[in-house]
Amino acid sequence: MKLYTLEFEKPVLQLQKQLEELRAKASAEKIDLNDEINAMEKKLEETKQGIYSKLSAWQRVQISRHTKRPYFLDYVAQIFEGFTELHGDRRFGDDHAMLGGFAFFKTNGKSRKVMLIGQQKGRDVKENVKRNFGMAHPEGYRKALRLMQLAHKFNVPIITFIDTPGAYPGVQAEERHIAEAIAVNIREMSTLEVPILAVVIGEGGSGGALGIGVADRVLILENAYYSVISPEGCAAILWKDRVHAPKAAEALKMSARDLLAHKIVDDVVPEPPGGAHHDPELAAQNLKASLIKHLHALDKFSKGDLLDNRYTRYRGIGEYAES
Amino acid sequence: MAEMSTETQPTPVAPPPMPPSDQGMNLPTPPPSKVFDKPKEVSSRTRKKSIPEGLWTRCKGCGEMITNKELEDLLKVCPKCHYHLVATAKERVQWLADTGTFEEADSNLHSVDALKFKGVASYSDKLKAYARETGLQDAVLTGFCEIEAHPTGIAVMDFGFLAASMGSVVGERITRIIEKSTKKKIPVVIISASGGARMYEGMLSLMQMAKTSAALARHAKAGLPFISVLTNPTMAGVMASFASLGDVILAEPHSMIGFAGARVIRETTREELPKGFQTAEFLLERGLLDMIVHRKTMKSTLASLLEFMK
Repeated sequence: MKLYTLEFEKPVLQLQKQLEELRAKASAEKIDLNDEINAMEKKLEETKQGIYSKLSAWQRVQISRHTKRPYFLDYVAQIFEGFTELHGDRRFGDDHAMLGGFAFFKTNGKSRKVMLIGQQKGRDVKENVKRNFGMAHPEGYRKALRLMQLAHKFNVPIITFIDTPGAYPGVQAEERHIAEAIAVNIREMSTLEVPILAVVIGEGGSGGALGIGVADRVLILENAYYSVISPEGCAAILWKDRVHAPKAAEALKMSARDLLAHKIVDDVVPEPPGGAHHDPELAAQNLKASLIKHLHALDKFSKGDLLDNRYTRYRGIGEYAES
Repeated sequence: MAEMSTETQPTPVAPPPMPPSDQGMNLPTPPPSKVFDKPKEVSSRTRKKSIPEGLWTRCKGCGEMITNKELEDLLKVCPKCHYHLVATAKERVQWLADTGTFEEADSNLHSVDALKFKGVASYSDKLKAYARETGLQDAVLTGFCEIEAHPTGIAVMDFGFLAASMGSVVGERITRIIEKSTKKKIPVVIISASGGARMYEGMLSLMQMAKTSAALARHAKAGLPFISVLTNPTMAGVMASFASLGDVILAEPHSMIGFAGARVIRETTREELPKGFQTAEFLLERGLLDMIVHRKTMKSTLASLLEFMK
């Protein structure tokens, strides 16, 4: 598997290389090296376990930004059928960093309609010019709202996939009122009378993430993050230098388990060891199972209860003292 | 993320009223016109320290020295250049509410260090210091009042408290005043000023955007008016939630209003920022505001709007 290796994974890579050499030697020289190979395999597993079981917040941020990590369209292809992309906000343009459309979701042998919305990053320079590194403009948020309102009209559940460093900070984005686009989405998502699931699959960059993130259930992949500010931005403000991003990542409590503890997210979707990019198929299977579970759980609520529960979910977030 | 990630803007002449690390979020640069490159006003709070007599204040807009007595009579607006100086939440309530009608609500809420934030300075210490300095529990003052006899739920943010960044208490107090106003069937007026979401409370802060906006959706569904007033500066998470959701949106002259900080935009895009970028005037020109209102006519403007939207 040719993957861009992260710094902290290098011991794993080294052992994998040694193991391959050992196997090659055994096969070429026709000698029995089974004991050595078994020992090496065991050591590899232990090393993997040692590294992947206690990833720091900053290491997870690096995994969440890995260019081989599955993106929105990868999950769409693996989990759904018949995705029909719909384009444009009907006002200004079509944002390629924010996509959406109808799809079918096969759950327990039955096929049901869903509306998918997701932020899409690119893997190379050319793709990223088109996708703007997953940073949507106002028209992206307005397209997302248009499609969500369409889902509301036809009583179709909405699933949103969050993967953005943030909404685009640019002159035109400001001129077309990115703040208002996000604000309106946040307000309107609290009123849509269909089940909404949101899942953070990679980067959950602040307001740009929340702009498609108000939901009945918010899920997050094990190595994804969701934060009020990027660790680099926080480090630049508090420590006066972006190199302190690892400290900021810890302090901000932006990892999946911390978010679950503070009830920001409702469930954590497990990833293959080392991250979703090590086994995208398994990652998609895990996500699919989680989406089925939560969508079924939401099916039992009436429209009124759904809205009340969604209101209560957000109403309860915040920690303060009352004297 | 980008819009919340900005460092404090370097100021050309005088230092900002607080050290950069104290800013919850980004501070915008002053408007890039020549007028605003001149010396800055010293806020009344810091002035008390630097000029013990406390008799004069220098206008941030034109450098004019104005007596504090005169400044108070003029609602802290420079008589020479009409620059609107920083105002505290208490001053604004005094200017807007009919005398004796303001009743504070939920003054018993206090911020806590929920994340046990490990930064360079302790969040708890900061909260204590700002509470001492401003006499406020947190960055917002909420309550009920009458504005020219219109009963109104009101929230006023105070930039002097941690750059009026929105944490759990700010979100909770604003949500409660909206909910109570919905119940009482009365309008809501929110006077915003904020650097954005409060970093020290992490995602708890970001979620206040959803909480306040959902409360406004219910208030709107009940057919009740919400007027959003933007003052200098209103940025990031506050602008991307309740501040942008007014039935009518007003702004004080020359206020900096936007999502991303100017410095982040410059660094990300390498674009030249247009003249007057992110000022109230810039926004009005692009159709993003209803009107720019001088401080001395703010109360009467609110009253006539409330009368119309009854």
